[in-house]
Amino acid sequence: MADETLQSRLPNNLQIHLKEIHTAPIISHWVWYRIGSRYEIPGSTGISHWVEHIQFKGTSRFPAGTLDKSISRTGGVWNAFTYLDWTTYYETLPAGQIDLALQIESDRMLNSLFDPADVESERTVILSELEGSQNQPTYRLGEAVQRAAFDRHPYRNEIIGSAEDLKQIQRDDLYRHYCNYYTPANAVVTLAGDFDAEVMLERIAARYADIPANHRPKLITPEEAPLAEERRVTVEGPGETTFMQLAYRAPAASHADFFPFAVLDSLLCGATSLNIFGGGGISNKTSRLYRALVEKELAVNVRGGLQATIDPFLFEIILTVRPEHKPAEVLAAIDAQISRLQDSPVSEEDIARAVKQARAMFTYGSENITNQAFWLGYAEMFSHYDWFTGYLDSLARVTPADIQRIAQVYLSPARRVVGLYLPGGEETPHR
Amino acid sequence: MSAVLNSVDLFSLPGEDDIYRTRLGNGILLLLRRNESSPSVVFSGYLPGGSLFDPQDKLGLAYLTAAMLMRGTQRHTFQQIYDDLETAGASLGFGASVHNINFSGRCLAEDLHLLIELLSECLRGPAFPSEQIERLRAQTLTHLAIRAQDTAEMADLKFDEILFAGHPYSRPEDGYPHTINAISREDILDFHQSLYGPNGMVIAIAGAVEPDSAFDLLQISLEGWTNPDQPALPELPEVRPRTEQTRLHIPLAGKTQVDVLMGAHGPRRNDPNYLAASLGNNILGQFGMMGRIGDAVREKAGLAYYASTSLNGWINAGSWEIAAGVNPANVEKAIEIILAEVRRFITEPVSQDELRDSQLNFIGKLPLSLESNAGVAIGLLNLERFNLGLNYYREYPSLISAITAEEVLQTAQIYLDPERFLIVSCGPEVKIES
Repeated sequence: MADETLQSRLPNNLQIHLKEIHTAPIISHWVWYRIGSRYEIPGSTGISHWVEHIQFKGTSRFPAGTLDKSISRTGGVWNAFTYLDWTTYYETLPAGQIDLALQIESDRMLNSLFDPADVESERTVILSELEGSQNQPTYRLGEAVQRAAFDRHPYRNEIIGSAEDLKQIQRDDLYRHYCNYYTPANAVVTLAGDFDAEVMLERIAARYADIPANHRPKLITPEEAPLAEERRVTVEGPGETTFMQLAYRAPAASHADFFPFAVLDSLLCGATSLNIFGGGGISNKTSRLYRALVEKELAVNVRGGLQATIDPFLFEIILTVRPEHKPAEVLAAIDAQISRLQDSPVSEEDIARAVKQARAMFTYGSENITNQAFWLGYAEMFSHYDWFTGYLDSLARVTPADIQRIAQVYLSPARRVVGLYLPGGEETPHR
Repeated sequence: MSAVLNSVDLFSLPGEDDIYRTRLGNGILLLLRRNESSPSVVFSGYLPGGSLFDPQDKLGLAYLTAAMLMRGTQRHTFQQIYDDLETAGASLGFGASVHNINFSGRCLAEDLHLLIELLSECLRGPAFPSEQIERLRAQTLTHLAIRAQDTAEMADLKFDEILFAGHPYSRPEDGYPHTINAISREDILDFHQSLYGPNGMVIAIAGAVEPDSAFDLLQISLEGWTNPDQPALPELPEVRPRTEQTRLHIPLAGKTQVDVLMGAHGPRRNDPNYLAASLGNNILGQFGMMGRIGDAVREKAGLAYYASTSLNGWINAGSWEIAAGVNPANVEKAIEIILAEVRRFITEPVSQDELRDSQLNFIGKLPLSLESNAGVAIGLLNLERFNLGLNYYREYPSLISAITAEEVLQTAQIYLDPERFLIVSCGPEVKIES
């Protein structure tokens, strides 16, 4: 998957990464900003996500309402995502229309209006988005587990923010956030699709080069001490279904342990896909936890996942408990599988299988130009593009001993939060 | 509009000169389009055997039967099947809709033979092990318990139940707890034996495979399949026209948001009005940030995270729906705004700018929807499912360009009458205004 790409940097420090793909007359354009909930302080949780919403409210050149219509007229698609470590905006358009994306993104890197009326209207829209999420038991459980998993680090907060903060944040707070972080020095522009890379570089420079460089903000996130002992949280609410979520402190994406951990995740919970636009994943019915929990009729389903982040985040196991079983029985069965990984090495064949699964999923994802443009920028947000191009080789270098060590170091009960959603009753406080 | 037509390379779209279409000796239809840009293959397909055959007291039978196909065959256990699949990084799945059993698979090109063999084995020789049936039943009951707590799903369930009363579209494919509990292993065996067969089966393949190679693989695995007892499709009743506005609320305690679903019948997918309705739907509740309704409810009033419309054209009937997620205090206000927009939509023609914008949108997004192998496989399948013709995608820009504002208005007037709307909401208690 390490096909040739062109990497460059404009004098204003805007990083650019391009890949020609000539299979369809389509181009996907992404702008990545190194800002997300990781950088938010108490009282302003959700501010990055809110700024992302306001970025769709227009500039003097593209007033509110014209942006969406301009994109829709081309038949293209666009959207944005706010995550822990980054915020990104993309447009995938017919190749002949790509200048529209360059115009919109370069314009709103500098000129978004942040009209007070739009800010207020979007406040209720985001609160409505939050309320929609809170309708889901699994969201409420995930929120409680994440908060219990960190004492100081902003990774403890939901990306959308708390209702309290969303009611307090003001227009000037949002605009300041925008001015501080939406700068060329803090951004990466990536494009994949049907273009000539050298020509495209000139077109990008024509749109973005005049934006003042500003600086890449220095951000210091609070150090988070290791968990000293297992933590348990319980959320109670309506329904008749019990959900369980375990969260173990995991390594950062740039840490050498991340890749053996990814193989361990694949064996324990099933292979995880890095595709976000089609290409999907594969089932996990031969994973160790599916066999131990679902096949043994302790759980209805189980999934897990490791996320690539700048700072150490979480490895999570999420499942639905069968009504006739107690959560303690399920936890004991999970612990038995973890002990198995700690006590005896997996086979070389198991690792080869995980690598083939990852290769297949990258192949599926590469059918889609939007995925390919995503990949060009994604790894830059927590490591470097090499992390991505070397992903399969890094997995292939993992040894059975590595996996055993990862299980021993990271999957001890003291490093985890055990969360339960219990049907009925009132919500209990954290910890 | 000619500039728009010129902006789409029609010959990059699937057409009769690059879609391979042939039948196996037993009637199974194969559609295929090659794509060598990635060493992978996707297929999608269907065969008759959907929930319209479910007895009323055993709703969910088609759903359970389809879900059981991969849980053990005459030759392989559940774990052996998934071991082969997951070792290859491949996927295969079956599901039931009202009319059909649907299936799809994806693999690296080197493993296509494995996937086709498995497709055949699951369709022709499932073992329906009792232990797996009970496990699936328990999983389905949990799924239904979760559904019962989902405000959007519960609104949708009630909406279909009322809008399509007396028609199979009114019934949930996944049934209800009491109907799932009423289904026995014998029911599943009988359902499979009597309904599954090659008549009416279609498979669409896209990816890095030669047509002849794919045909050979299918011939080896599936041409020997026969079922002389496979029944003809039953005649379905016409949907009953609505005569008055209905408003109801499903209270669900412990929730923070109300999901609102409102609308009426819409055209069938192959109805001559479908494209005009689809274009109108885009203007009403999709274009840009969810069209006129999104603009009014979300952008101007700030009342909802989402407020949009959907046109669902199926084989026998359709629905035209408007959905919104709203704070309980704002439900009636949001409904009022939506109804006002619908009244405007059926009173005056859309502007030429709106019409042209949506025409450009429809034509421009066609290449994107057919970019990936999965998109092409579904696109090919729809050609057959709705009898659209192999050149449909190349003709589509002309068809869309020819639609006028007057046609959009006339079509909307046929289907969208707020005085006969069905309005369902689900969530915390709300006060319904009469």
